[in-house]
Formats: sequence, structure tokens, C-alpha cells
Amino acid sequence: MAQIVSLTEAVRLAVRDGDAVAMEGFTHLIPFAAGHEVIRQGRRDLTLIRMTPDVIYDQLIGAGCARKLIFSWGGNPGVGSLHRFRDAVENGWPVPLELEEHSHAGMANRYVAGASGLPFAVLRGYNGTGLAAAGSIRPISCPFTGETLTAVSALRPDVAIIHAQRADRLGNVQLWGITGVQKEAVLSSKRAVVTVEEIVDSLEPRADAVVLPAWTVSYVAPVPDGARPSYALGYSVRDNDYYATWDAISRDRDAFAAWLAEIR
Amino acid sequence: MSSSSYTSDEMMAVSASRALRDGQTCFVGIGLPSTAANLARATHAPGLVLIYESGTIGAKPGSLPLSIGDGILAQTADAVVSVPEIFNYWLQPGRIDIGFLGAAQIDKFGNINTTVIGGDYGKPKVRLPGAGGAPEIAASCREVIVVVRQTRRSFVERVDFVTSVGYGSGPGDREQLGLTGAGPQKIITDLGVLEPDPATLEFTLTGVYPGVSVAEVRARTGWDLAVAPGLAVIAPPSAAELAALHELQTRSAS
Repeated sequence: MAQIVSLTEAVRLAVRDGDAVAMEGFTHLIPFAAGHEVIRQGRRDLTLIRMTPDVIYDQLIGAGCARKLIFSWGGNPGVGSLHRFRDAVENGWPVPLELEEHSHAGMANRYVAGASGLPFAVLRGYNGTGLAAAGSIRPISCPFTGETLTAVSALRPDVAIIHAQRADRLGNVQLWGITGVQKEAVLSSKRAVVTVEEIVDSLEPRADAVVLPAWTVSYVAPVPDGARPSYALGYSVRDNDYYATWDAISRDRDAFAAWLAEIR
Repeated sequence: MSSSSYTSDEMMAVSASRALRDGQTCFVGIGLPSTAANLARATHAPGLVLIYESGTIGAKPGSLPLSIGDGILAQTADAVVSVPEIFNYWLQPGRIDIGFLGAAQIDKFGNINTTVIGGDYGKPKVRLPGAGGAPEIAASCREVIVVVRQTRRSFVERVDFVTSVGYGSGPGDREQLGLTGAGPQKIITDLGVLEPDPATLEFTLTGVYPGVSVAEVRARTGWDLAVAPGLAVIAPPSAAELAALHELQTRSAS
């Protein structure tokens, strides 16, 4: 059953050194505040899992929190490169970063397999690409038709961290708008932390909402504006200017160090 | 209209927008493809269905989104579905007419690299963002159109890494790989349009923009580019097309 705690407590209780951590949110509802708290608490050797590493993982990678990245698209959307990610891959700075690389379809299906309690998922994908060599991708023969399809291994993160619009006092969570792969990330993980814009007495049902019952969530922490510079539909708008500003901070190790000192 | 009244990027966006027809369904990549697809919707193809990998189906943004998940896409969409659903139910079965993609590097068979350039995979010279939705868009959409600025470095004989398959190493490869879509039909650049030769599937120059010479295109291509017979000179942007593009850009900047 979900406990309602502070963000500091949620991260302290849920995230341990060496964990496989999935912070999800597809452009929308990215749990930035929680990511900053992981940096602040100095977690190390994390395997970071995320379809679109985005600025949030650029920050965690630059801060030296990660040993490995499992991902499918590592750019700054609409802006360009993630320079901390590139520095880690190209130069091993501040620490080397092992990559496990997929396509979006593959990553989404890996979460579906994890949430479904299956060891793998099946899709049409990767054939002829350089990505197909990865250990988590294998050809599989359809038992009914004999057709060769692609199997991808399940993701089973130690902890999922997401941001949502709201929760009630029992810890039932409601999110809407672009909900990406968050439901699958939470259901495939051993523990789940949800930061929310607000905690309300009772959740008004919404036809377009994803609801995560309190018993699927470990910790709920109220963090208003906890997705900034991403956004929470109905509460805030995406800070597109910040994504552009991040390019200059990320490009330069000293500028990044100054940003990091402020966060810490 | 004089040739100095529009930029080569504007010509490219207009040219790419013309490749889309009203009523088609289009899986849109961010950046140049998104600009062109939204321009098409604002001009000759108001019924074009824009699908973004964030799960927004039938998005009708009035300005250009910076990311594939901007709020305007969800707020104007016919439906917003989860990311597993957009790939499994909508893209994979071949429901979508056009995959509209960008590229960092592309080769003469239309294979796309957005993963690494130079060095080897583990120690690349340049680490690019990676695949995103592109491999399955390139595999499963009925047709693919690529929009990319043309340079000798980006147009290469063979990509350093195959992120998304075009025609592989030539005729028969897509069928052998079990790729259900027809593959890339056009590469639209800031110089002109390339299309696959029907026999060899090698991309050849089929159209140039006004004022662009074949020699210039060949100089900015890293393979021995063939020129199709009856090379077309593509019409410059109309006043209406340029006005629509400027309006989209103005609204996006504010």
C-alpha cells in the first residue's frame, strides 16, 4: 500500500546504490524533481532505464550516478545532442557508461513483458538493423506459422519513478494526457515512486486517465511542478526555452559543474 | 518570384509538404519532417492525419511542436494512446500510409544511421541520439519519405551503422528481412529530390530546385549519384505556401 511521504524520504527508501531505475514520462510528466533528489542523495552505479533519456538522464549521467543506460533515443528533443551522455560514451567522463540500446517499439514491449510477468515480448522489429546484435534481442519462430519474429527480454526494474497530476490520500494515482509507458514501467518494477502535482481528498473519475491503484505504488510524494522543465497537462506547460538553454550548460563540463553545485 | 525570396530550407519544407496527400495517415518524426507535415496540413492537405510516437493520433497543432510530446499535440488529437499501443496496434500492422523521417546519415540504398558515426560502436567518434521509433516506422509504414539536408558527410556510399533499413544492400533485401512496408520512396533535401531507381533501388536524382545544378548536387553526395532521365526542375514555393510556412513559424516562436 502506498505511503505518502516527502520526496527526500521516497528516494531514500526506494532507491539504492546499484539499482536498476526506470524514470519514465514520454516528454510529458517527466519526474525531474525526483531525478534531482537522486543526484542530491549521491546514488551511484545505477542502471538507468528510460525510452528517451532526455535532459533528466543527461543530468544524472553527468553527475556520475549511472553505470549503465538502457534506452532507445538519447537526444534533447527538438534541440540536439545530450552532451553529458555523449561525453560519457565518447570519453568515459565522469565515469564510463555501458549502453543497452533498443528502438522505441522494443523498449515499450520490454516493459509490457515485465508488466505482464512474461520473460519476453514478441514484435516485428530490428530485422536488418545494427541494433539486432544486442543480447536482449533474439529471433523467435512463431509456433503457429513458422514465421520468424523478434523477441525482446522483459524489463524488471528495481524501482520505477514517475510524475502524475494527482493522488488521493490513500495513494491512488491518476495521470492523463500523454501517458507514455508509465503504467507498464510501474507494473514491471519491484518498487514504484510517484511524485504528484497535488494530493486531493478524492479522485474525480476521468475517462481519459490512467489510474494506478494505491496497492501498485510504494511511495507517493507531493511535489508541485515536479516535472519542470517538462510539464503536467492541466497544471503547467513545457518550458521549451529551458531545453534550449540546457544545450549550453550541458555542452561544457564547467558550466555543468556549476549547475550541479546549485542542485546539490 | 526571384530565387532570393526564399531559403533552401524553406524550399525543402515546401517540397516535402507536397509529397503528402490529403487524407493520408502520416507517422511524423520531429524536426524537418514535422515542419513539412504541418505545412501540408495548413495548405493542400487539411485532412492529413498526423501521428506522433508519443501516442497522439490525428494531432492538429496550430504551431510547430518542439518535441513529439508537446501539450498541443495531445490537446488537439483525435485520440491519445499509450506508447506500447501506438507501436503495436497502429504502426506494426501496416495501418499507416507514410513514415516521414529525418536522418543524420543516409546511404545510396536509403538506409538511415542515427546511432554512431566513426570509430566503432563501443568507442564512436560521434554518438548520435539513436533509434527512437524510426526502425519500425521504416519497416512497417506503407511508404517512407526521408527529409534531410544534403552534404557529402550525410549522403554516404554505406552508412556507418544501420539504424533503420531502407533497401539494405539492394533488391530483394526487404522481402528477405520480412519488412512489410515498401520502403523509402523519396529523399527530399535542400537541393532537390532523390528517388530509387526501379531496377537497382539505388537513389538517383529525379528533381532539382530552381537554380540548383546537377554538378552541385553530385558534389554534395558521397556516392556516384546517377541522374534520372527527364530530370525535373521543381516549382519554387508559391506565395501561399511561403505565407503558410511563415505563419506556422511565427506562431511557434511566440
